[in-house]
Amino acid sequence: MDIERSADRSRPVAELHPNERLKDESRQLRGTIAQGLADPVTGAIRDPDTQLSKFFGIYQQDDRDLRDARRRARLEPRYQFMVRVRMPGGVCSTAQWLALDALARDTADGSLRLTTRQTFQFHGVRKRDLKRHVKAIAAAGLDTLGACGDVNRNVISAANPLRSPAHAAANELAQRIGAHLLPRTGAYREIFLEEDGVRPGDPVAGPDATGGEEEPFYGRTYLPRKFKIAIAVPPQNDVDVYAHDLGYVAIVERGHLAGYDVTVGGGMGMTHGATATFPRVADVVGFCRPEEALSVAEHTVAIQRDFGHRKDRAHARFKYTIEDRGLDWFRAELARRMGRPLDPARGFRFESTGDENGWREDSAGLWHYTLFVENGRVRDRPDQRLMSALRAVARVHGGSFALTTNQNLIIAGVAAGERGAIDALLHEHGVGERPGRSGLRLNSIACVALPTCGLAMAESERYLPTLLDRLEPLLAAASLTQAPITIRMSGCPNGCSRPYLAEIALVGKAPGRYNLYLGASARGDRMSALYRENLDEAAILQHLGSLLQRYASERIGDERFGDFTVRIGAVPAVERSRDFQHLRAT
Amino acid sequence: RLEQLRFAVLALGDSSYEKFCASGRELDARLETLGAVRLQPRLDCDLDFDAPASRWIEAVVDRLASERTDGVAPGSAPTGAEARGGSPVASAHTRKNPFPAPVLANERLTAAGSSKDVRHVELSIEGANFHYEPGDALGVLAFNREEDVEAVLATLPYSPQTEVLDETGAASTLREALARRQLRAPRTGAWLAECAPGLSGAGGLGANEWLARLRPLAPRLYSIASSQRRVADEVHLAVSVVEYHTAQGSRRGLVSGAIAASAAEATLPVYLHRNPGFRLPADPTAAVVMIGPGTGVAPFRAFLQEREALGASGRNWLFFGDRSFETDFLYQSEWIDWRKRGLLTRVDVAFSRDRGEKTYVQHRLAERGAELWSWLEEGASLYVCGDAERMAPDVHRTLVELIARHGRLDAEAAEEHLLELQRARRYQRDVY
Repeated sequence: MDIERSADRSRPVAELHPNERLKDESRQLRGTIAQGLADPVTGAIRDPDTQLSKFFGIYQQDDRDLRDARRRARLEPRYQFMVRVRMPGGVCSTAQWLALDALARDTADGSLRLTTRQTFQFHGVRKRDLKRHVKAIAAAGLDTLGACGDVNRNVISAANPLRSPAHAAANELAQRIGAHLLPRTGAYREIFLEEDGVRPGDPVAGPDATGGEEEPFYGRTYLPRKFKIAIAVPPQNDVDVYAHDLGYVAIVERGHLAGYDVTVGGGMGMTHGATATFPRVADVVGFCRPEEALSVAEHTVAIQRDFGHRKDRAHARFKYTIEDRGLDWFRAELARRMGRPLDPARGFRFESTGDENGWREDSAGLWHYTLFVENGRVRDRPDQRLMSALRAVARVHGGSFALTTNQNLIIAGVAAGERGAIDALLHEHGVGERPGRSGLRLNSIACVALPTCGLAMAESERYLPTLLDRLEPLLAAASLTQAPITIRMSGCPNGCSRPYLAEIALVGKAPGRYNLYLGASARGDRMSALYRENLDEAAILQHLGSLLQRYASERIGDERFGDFTVRIGAVPAVERSRDFQHLRAT
Repeated sequence: RLEQLRFAVLALGDSSYEKFCASGRELDARLETLGAVRLQPRLDCDLDFDAPASRWIEAVVDRLASERTDGVAPGSAPTGAEARGGSPVASAHTRKNPFPAPVLANERLTAAGSSKDVRHVELSIEGANFHYEPGDALGVLAFNREEDVEAVLATLPYSPQTEVLDETGAASTLREALARRQLRAPRTGAWLAECAPGLSGAGGLGANEWLARLRPLAPRLYSIASSQRRVADEVHLAVSVVEYHTAQGSRRGLVSGAIAASAAEATLPVYLHRNPGFRLPADPTAAVVMIGPGTGVAPFRAFLQEREALGASGRNWLFFGDRSFETDFLYQSEWIDWRKRGLLTRVDVAFSRDRGEKTYVQHRLAERGAELWSWLEEGASLYVCGDAERMAPDVHRTLVELIARHGRLDAEAAEEHLLELQRARRYQRDVY
């Protein structure tokens, strides 16, 4: 088969997207970041550097609530930085929690944000505090490298390694893959950690001098776009493995880890109205043994590096590489590079993508408490002093913290005798079970959106709780308060909250307006389809209200809402991802 | 000894200060001691100086003119209109006859959360026949709040309609005249009508006599923040809204408060106050260093607008300081834009209340000493605008130090160097 190579890394950089040239000439991501950081006249770094800083988990933003007023006042936007930690497998120690908690209150906006990919995110960091902030993260034994940008991102695994040996193995694999696929540029240490006697801004003697040492794997142009890897342990699909570029599903046979079924080509993200873009559900391509898993990761990422589309960034994700060239092509290319093909997939079964809240005991007699953190936002509020609560827990807890990909937190490894103390601390701070909380709310995810995200078209984190307040009476009226239903809101179609795999999805189109998608599987293996476009709150409540009523009276057994809406024909089932933008409710 | 020198001293002062016209008195006495010849007795003027000063100036000019034998008419200035502070066709609007300028814009420059309220004000001067230059100031007359006037009237035995003479000598009602008089003691804010001897209870005085004991409100001067080459019939100002706390509670400054409160369609009574001692260099290729913390940065906006309009190629360096980067960086987006386009060669900033030690513009000056010295050596002009009490002396001292250090001079020689720059009009200050 003749492979079409007019838009990938085999071409001269000048023919590709401008970002490719930017990366190529950046001296392994240094750009002029150091100079920009030192400029006290503006709170921003230079424009091209905002693309490069992402590779260090540093994302320039501005407070959008203040934009208009500041423009009228002849002030520049209120620039501030999002800083995301790299934490493959999502586990941190109590000492690390305390360090990050203090850091959030010192140089960030006073809150900790648990993300949909099992790590921490800080908002509101000022440029003049950036180095100090990143150094503090390093002092806690963590880093921010590769947390954003055209690289392999934070590798996630089924929450809580203590849950089972397979979970432990998955966590360990996540860390190994994460380490193996890290960018290898000295820029991070030079610029942000100011280490090794290298002063920021020291001229590098030309790309050829460093090309041999830095980035032997990624090369100067890194990947065409982000690459996300997830490791699932059935029957949980909390990591939403089908949403990922590369996935591993642990196959446990007779109590031991036999290996992983491999999935490729998933990815959220699309552009409203651009029908060549679509979210994609990953395909299962085979099975690998545990010792091959790292090699699979390396070669798969290398394939995307070599063949991914580098002209149009909206077509650059691995899912489009798979769509363009075909799954068979990928299997063949992977086999060629690995020296042997993958074994046939062994098959698995998922139950749901949600977390199971509350206390559970593991086989070793340790306890784990999954705490629902609404939208992952750890902060003190008058009625619920969550941040203080967790700080207090961290001081006495003898185990660790495990972040989930549903933006929740597991207080992991609690000895039976300590359960009471933890419960008491939580209760004292107004944190804990709330009987009125619906299964819908407990399975909700919202991306951050406003006021910090530059891409948001509508509110998400600041609005979903309110919408849920208005949905909960409707649920109660239909006796559905306990029913688990996944609902995800995104401020824009990029889908950072993985909306297209939720049973109810609300994707922002304009302030106060959302597209409503229905029908995804609660197991995360089937996407939703567009139900109605451009709805305001009243319309959302009206549509969902009547569908929930029907669900309450017509569901069969413990049929999930997503499956129900497909069964009754409210939305078509999406069989081929590429039809996503063409399908809609009739 | 100065026997060859003839002199006359017109002293301008404020009788609310103990040492009223002290500098003028001392100068007059000193020149006499040194043997100089006094042309005309010294005149000490209070705030309301226009009329007495004009008469005094006329008298001196007449005296000089009557001695000339070369037939040159009195009043013609040797070096052009600048020296007399007038333009070829002077405006009819002066301090006594201010122009009611419509307020076109009144926008907060300081962001929410700032400890200060600074406004960007745009006024229309269409029809005023004002021709101003960067460096000039706008005088804004002060008026009392209506409720304050009413409160004082209520304590007086006179009818508010009583005919009186206002401070310009024109006929007015007592109520109208009170609007332009100082009604409160400066530091305490207490009503003068109640506490000042000779004022409380009117004491059997006629309305005019009583009124005459009240001092007129002084106008406030604001450095103009625009260049007419850019804004034509407009004047822009950066006004810091004065807020002060007295035993009676907190109050806003009369003029800055009035400006802050002005809505659309409001007008402000203004006149042009020339500042011939604060001018861009005539040479557009000359470099300029501007030191303007806080609202002191206002005339430098005018300087840059002017240089931009003229296509002046001279390098420009701005030093700005204030309390907090996020909320108090006056006109930030404009400096950034000018820097991007190359008009502003350098910008250095100091924010005293942000994290770390308090830093001020003088710290930046010291840090940049070497480069500043080379700019000066290459002919740059230095400008300082802003607070007279602490900033200006601190900046001056820092300049002396850096000149001493980088010019390898002792302290005295460094001072002398600055003095030379001043004489050469390359070190100009507008401090208040």
